[in-house]
Amino acid sequence: MTSRRARLASLINQLPLFLGLALLWMLLWGNFSWLNLVTGAVFAAVVSVVFYLPAVQLSGRVNPVRLVLYLSWLLFDIIRASIQVAFLALAPHYRASNAVLAIHMRTRSDLVLTWTAVSTSIVPGSIVIDTDRENSTLYLHVLNMKDREATERFRQSVLATERRIVLALGSREDVKALAGARRESKRQAGENG
Amino acid sequence: MSGLAGDIVTAVLVLAGSLMCLAAGVGLLRFPDVLSRLHAATKPQIFGLMAITADVAVNNFTLGTLTLVVAIVVFQALTAPMAAHLVARSAYDTQHLRADLLVTDELAPFRRQNRV
Amino acid sequence: MTIVAIVAGIMLGIGALCAVYRIVRGPSVLDRVIASDVLVATIMCALGAEMAFNRHTDNLPVLLVLALFGVLGSLSVARFLPKQDRA
Repeated sequence: MTSRRARLASLINQLPLFLGLALLWMLLWGNFSWLNLVTGAVFAAVVSVVFYLPAVQLSGRVNPVRLVLYLSWLLFDIIRASIQVAFLALAPHYRASNAVLAIHMRTRSDLVLTWTAVSTSIVPGSIVIDTDRENSTLYLHVLNMKDREATERFRQSVLATERRIVLALGSREDVKALAGARRESKRQAGENG
Repeated sequence: MSGLAGDIVTAVLVLAGSLMCLAAGVGLLRFPDVLSRLHAATKPQIFGLMAITADVAVNNFTLGTLTLVVAIVVFQALTAPMAAHLVARSAYDTQHLRADLLVTDELAPFRRQNRV
Repeated sequence: MTIVAIVAGIMLGIGALCAVYRIVRGPSVLDRVIASDVLVATIMCALGAEMAFNRHTDNLPVLLVLALFGVLGSLSVARFLPKQDRA
């Protein structure tokens, strides 16, 4: 009985991916009809059986408002950083000064780690070189980091991206962990200051 | 959208996109090492393409166009970081990185530790 | 509008030429891969700009295919580059 329930649970976990594949099929054809939905569903089933991947552990929590907020922040970041890097490339007297940074995430979830890695990579000026899953650390190469202060500012911006992603998509535990980490850092700042 | 307003939108967005391509080319020439050039390369791939396809979607506003444009941008945004990451990692591993240009290298200790 | 088209064409052309120069000269394989990626992206932008100026959408499928498969080249080169290759 339990195995059946477990299988049902894993099926439900797979459902968003399945629906996503069917939606993609309709997107590629560019029209939304019932026939297209059926063929898309068939192809999605074939693809997910033939190219089997280990199931992603989705958190099962989506905050639509936060998601829209996160996506618009991402768009803004891309535009801002694109203009910055373009200016760097075209400006005379450019002197290179880069950095490879290790950034420790505050939450330990593959989903959040992946999202953060992708969204820091598509913003020009920072690229993920390597990730460390066990310690949930990202190793980034960052353009135009002149000194310690600039690297710290960049670190804060990546952590802010992580925070937005967790609030939009992360599980409840992640949100709690994030709140705890925030309180901790605030307390430390208070002691220092 | 049609007429003067449409023309202005087209001009601004297409010029922004081509400026990004130009900056990427110049950055490719001027930046000193592989990883810096990689940063220059991601710009037209994301922002330039976004600007120009957004303009196409605005000009011919139908559901089919909009979905295709969204699909193009999403795929580019998903695949470009993957390629960039792989190139970056192999550049780091084959020492194509100029260490004199780095302020800090926080990955090196991790790599040494793993090699032992 | 013609002036805008000419200016955009010149900018795209210079960008593409820089990428070609980097492909020819580029000290390492990785430089060439990155430059060819930029060349593909520039061509995508040019196709899009052509669509925007002539008000049609015929090139969108081409853009979609390029967005999907444009990375395969750099992916495979970066994946199979031998560790000791410094060339």
